[in-house]
Amino acid sequence: MRTVGTRPPSSRRRAAAPPSRPPAPRRPGSRARRLRPLVPYALLAPALLVLAAILGFPLYRLVSLSFQQYGLKELFAGRGTFIGLRNYGDILGDSFFWTVVARTVVFAAVCVGLTMVLGTLVALLLRNLARPMRVLVTAGLVAAWAMPTLTAISIWQWLFDFEFGVVNWLLTRLGVAGYEQHNWFDQPLQGFTVIVIVVVWAALPFVAITLHAGLTQVPAELEEAARVDGAGAWQVFRHITFPVLKPIFLILATLSTIWDFKVFTQVWVMLNQRPSRDYFLLGIWSYSESFGVTRYGKGAAIAVIMVLLLLGLTFFYVRQMLRAVGP
Amino acid sequence: MSRRRLARAGYNAAAVLVLVVTLFPIYWMVATGFKRGVDILSFEPRWLPIPGTLENYRAAISKPHFLEDVRNSLVVVVVTVLVSLALAFLAALAAARFRFRGQALLIVMLIVVQMVPLEALIIPIYLMLDHAGQTDRLAGIVVTYLTFVLPFSIWTLRGFIVNIPEELEEAAMVDGCTRAGAFRRILFPLVAPGLVATAVFSFILVWNDYLIAFVLLRSPEKQTLGIWLASFTTNHGTEWGAVMAGSTLFAIPAVVFFLLVQRRVVSGLTAGAVKG
Repeated sequence: MRTVGTRPPSSRRRAAAPPSRPPAPRRPGSRARRLRPLVPYALLAPALLVLAAILGFPLYRLVSLSFQQYGLKELFAGRGTFIGLRNYGDILGDSFFWTVVARTVVFAAVCVGLTMVLGTLVALLLRNLARPMRVLVTAGLVAAWAMPTLTAISIWQWLFDFEFGVVNWLLTRLGVAGYEQHNWFDQPLQGFTVIVIVVVWAALPFVAITLHAGLTQVPAELEEAARVDGAGAWQVFRHITFPVLKPIFLILATLSTIWDFKVFTQVWVMLNQRPSRDYFLLGIWSYSESFGVTRYGKGAAIAVIMVLLLLGLTFFYVRQMLRAVGP
Repeated sequence: MSRRRLARAGYNAAAVLVLVVTLFPIYWMVATGFKRGVDILSFEPRWLPIPGTLENYRAAISKPHFLEDVRNSLVVVVVTVLVSLALAFLAALAAARFRFRGQALLIVMLIVVQMVPLEALIIPIYLMLDHAGQTDRLAGIVVTYLTFVLPFSIWTLRGFIVNIPEELEEAAMVDGCTRAGAFRRILFPLVAPGLVATAVFSFILVWNDYLIAFVLLRSPEKQTLGIWLASFTTNHGTEWGAVMAGSTLFAIPAVVFFLLVQRRVVSGLTAGAVKG
């Protein structure tokens, strides 16, 4: 609830609508007063101008590029040739596209699912710990959360190193055969397992800590009452805890979807900047079409498709946010 | 009673597991950074970096162009954060404290824009900067970072300003303060922590980038620290000591700044979520 506006939104620039709060001691009809409605626009102008130039224009260019033939020749000439929907036709007609889309969706779904489930479990665990242990676990989570992506990637590369990695050593020690000198990136499925671990490890603390903060808003009496009435742990969570946390869940799941759907760096750097086509996700494919084989038009079309898929996936979140901040 | 004790033991065991999973990788990085080569390349892991060495750190910072990359990173981060903070503050003030035509549209735009992955925009941005002769220049990369730091900063700062009660300023104005005076004496001091937090968030966003610097900065003496770090990993399995030392160095600024604002991330998000 904001009583902010000194005038209703519909008032025009010079309309002298009476202010709804005691006027500032200023001569009525002064110039400053007549200019007042312009103030928000003046404040917004610099940021909006910059955004239009650095965001609006590239967005427009991205879409227009996706309708163009734009390769090395066009790069030197500085202009592309309009070819209509041919880039899109090429992509949608390519069975590789569907492979990559399916792979990207499954990858994102696995990452988001694991992050949310494990994050929830850790949040619930935190609530059940005695204070010293809780502080300790929270500190561990914060430490992992604070690691920059590139640092996290090299840490896990080292842990999964085929020769001297601790993971192979541990698996061998536990009696799992075949992990001595085992290269995890030979098989895409195993390679993606490592990448999922990196993504989830980095994302989990945020989800766990946020949910733990949200859990404090779940009334303890309500849960207690349900328990007294004979509800099991799962039922309490399902019918009492979850409904209260639902808005936070929704936001966290959507943010995770946005982050995990466009994963680039983790794959790219993990595979030493030379991922094979088996490791292509949409972002990597778009990058490699553009900068690897200099087909910028096609790369842009893939990027547009990626944005549309992402907007489709996060539609509900946007609607929710708009409801939250709406007038 | 014994059942409760059993449950407690189970919780504590799970907590230890979480601790190991979160902290061991970090410990292993730091420890490896201080280990001698023979202890790193040992089939049986050496759990403690004893006897330690600083050789890996020496190797990491004596990589070519390290100091230039530090300087580049600092310039890029500081300029990006300051520019975006200044622009975002004015815009956030308008979005939070005024009613005007197009306000709803502005808010929709700010949300939607953050959904567009920069990974998609890098192609047109690269071509535009290339056309303007600004690739491989720090100015070009600062401008590119603004595309995602600026909307984010406006959004975050707007949240901070909305949470400061309007009545405080109104009271000052009733007491004879001008709007600008109320702003300067009342609002600004209250929003200062929000400015700091937003600056730190932006710093972390920029510090975490790899793709943009990788695409836009080609010559080694113009690159940023992220590229410096990723360049280690190309010789797979050879210099783990230096990689871990470099990773530790790279993480330190991010961790320090992150600890300053970590609480705000959570409280801001949950507050907003529950309100919605």
